[in-house]
Amino acid sequence: MNKTASIFAWGAVGLLAAAAVGVVAVHRGEPINALWLVVAAACCYALGYRFYSKFIAAKILALDALRATPAERLENGRDFLVTNKWVVFGHHFAAIAGPGPLVGPVLAAQFGYLPGTMWVLAGAVFAGCVQDFVILLFSVRRDGKSLTEMAKEEIGRVGGFVAYTAVIAILVILLGVVALIVVNALKDSPWGTFTIAMTIPIALLMGLYLRRIRPGKVLEISALGFILVLLAIWGGQWASQHPAMARVFTLRAPTLAILIMVYGFLASALPVWLLLAPRDYLSTFVKLGTIGLLAVGIVALHPTLHMPALTRFVDGSGPVFAGKIFPFAFITIACGAISGFHALISSGTTPKLIARETQTRMVGYGAMMAESGVAVMAIIAACVLQPGVYFAINSPAGVVGQTAAAATATISSWGFPVTAADMQTLAQAVGEQTLFNRTGGAPAFAVGMAHIFSQSLGGAAVMALWYHFAVMFEALFILTILDAGTRVARFMIQDALGHLYKPLGRTSWYPSILATSALIVAAWGFFLWQGVKDPLGGINSLWPLFGIANQLLATVALCVATTIIVKMHRARYAAVTLGPLAWLVAVTFTASWHKVLDPNPRVGFLAQARALAAAPATSATAQLVFNNRLDAAVTAVLVGMVTLVLIQSVRQWNLVLSGREPASVKESPFVMTRLAEDRG
Amino acid sequence: MNRLWQAGRILLATLREIFDENAYERFLRRTQVASSPEAYGAFRQEFEEAKTRRPRCC
Repeated sequence: MNKTASIFAWGAVGLLAAAAVGVVAVHRGEPINALWLVVAAACCYALGYRFYSKFIAAKILALDALRATPAERLENGRDFLVTNKWVVFGHHFAAIAGPGPLVGPVLAAQFGYLPGTMWVLAGAVFAGCVQDFVILLFSVRRDGKSLTEMAKEEIGRVGGFVAYTAVIAILVILLGVVALIVVNALKDSPWGTFTIAMTIPIALLMGLYLRRIRPGKVLEISALGFILVLLAIWGGQWASQHPAMARVFTLRAPTLAILIMVYGFLASALPVWLLLAPRDYLSTFVKLGTIGLLAVGIVALHPTLHMPALTRFVDGSGPVFAGKIFPFAFITIACGAISGFHALISSGTTPKLIARETQTRMVGYGAMMAESGVAVMAIIAACVLQPGVYFAINSPAGVVGQTAAAATATISSWGFPVTAADMQTLAQAVGEQTLFNRTGGAPAFAVGMAHIFSQSLGGAAVMALWYHFAVMFEALFILTILDAGTRVARFMIQDALGHLYKPLGRTSWYPSILATSALIVAAWGFFLWQGVKDPLGGINSLWPLFGIANQLLATVALCVATTIIVKMHRARYAAVTLGPLAWLVAVTFTASWHKVLDPNPRVGFLAQARALAAAPATSATAQLVFNNRLDAAVTAVLVGMVTLVLIQSVRQWNLVLSGREPASVKESPFVMTRLAEDRG
Repeated sequence: MNRLWQAGRILLATLREIFDENAYERFLRRTQVASSPEAYGAFRQEFEEAKTRRPRCC
């Protein structure tokens, strides 16, 4: 394309972006079509990728196609391997796309579709994509070193220690909160529970097939497993209608919580090939297929959004979770805009596969854009629901009332009309006994997804199948995170304990495996139990805690990135990472302050502990008070540690910029690539 | 048509990489053994430690 045509084409994209974002931002009153969000997102991503990421690549990182990457220099056929850039992109996206971008935006939809959409777009283009891109490149230039190692080298030992602790904290809180989401999606749902229970024998069958019958043929057995899962969804309907089966699979939240903890322990302690690996493959297969199907469904059916642009809950009185739009919308959305956890993947497997430095832009920046696109789809799925229905599903009974009549009266009084009969009809349509008090975001997302699909594929008659397909998709996805996350955390604990007593560090020593598995399951099980017993539904406390921990890890990653940029003599461009860093510090520190010290018991942990202590005592009071105090302590400790990293980083910048310390980067020496131009 | 064919090949290669089929093939090449339940067992043993240490995102 010649220069004039390029200017004309990109100018048109810019105008379209401005128009679409303008419509999304200023439209009030009448419902808006979801296609405006899709167009706004597509244009913003295109502009961000074409101009902003190119600017970063050229002016700051100076990507060098001639510099050999670790995949080439250290190629060993195992971890380090020159790989096609699209394959790396797919691999990286599959690793970063978890349930976060689906759940966070659904919860944040209580503020309306506008705040979530704007933050997902701006946050991804200016913060999340930038973080993933620069950390990936810095790791590539350091032989694929991890974020923890880079933090230790560039900032100091405190940086490494904080990154390590933040990772453990995030894992534990994340596992607790995602387990709670599964519990809330499956409680009193024989259909959903049956389907998810069936995925365990299906995974075992896949494991045996892979090991004994057709070794290594993962794609074919995953396709077969997927068909079996579809049969399990169909069978779930039968189970839910069969009196004896329905009794067996109708489980209450505490029972499900215990079963999930037992499952997490077994998945961590059993041989990987038997349960964890096949389940991981099955989940990935379902994940990629469903995300693709949802994208096609939204574009083809372009549903109308019924949620207003902004709701009255921007004032902090929201029923889904308490807290004002700032900072809580930004904490809640998490992975759809920026996720510290991505920095671990950008400095984990991916840098060891990259064939050329120039590909880090497409993989790092591009894959995060795709993840952000998933978050936009989640916003659409939540906002196609009538607001009254959305709030009836997502509001805990402790806020809206224990009975259907009380809940609908409360929600209708907010200006979002809904009746108990509407909810009963919807529950019947999706094959559930009730949809009230299904906090956690997953059921609302499933209802939204079923609503979109049932508009064309099979109509209302198969809405129940779509709903349970969506629940299965989310639960399978989350349980995979749960078992893999428990294992990752187990390894990290074993690594640390190995410094104290060598045998504890041996991953094949069974006493150590059992002890550390039990320790990790007990840690996330504590948060899960806390959520199950929480009168406010658990999500109100735990999701912000997870969001804060995740964004604090992003703060550490951006500290590392800014320090390296300063040391690279590119300080005049440091705003590229310093801007998101300053924003994240403002968001996370404000959110932490509110979560610890806010006098409103629905927001502040300590205020809630005081309110509980002052109320008439029940058998659970002491435990609830302790839980809230512990949550406050965890938040305060995380903030305190990240403050130390910030102070150390600022000190480093000051030393380098004032010339008191040489600006030396710890990159691997330049080696000319031997790869032909067409490889990768 | 050629481009479509190439896109299909890349998609399949991506899926094979994501689902570790390529990793298993590389393992067979590197260790110079034929595919068998024993070889797959050895591959999983070698591969799992690294794979299960990978962080997984939220």
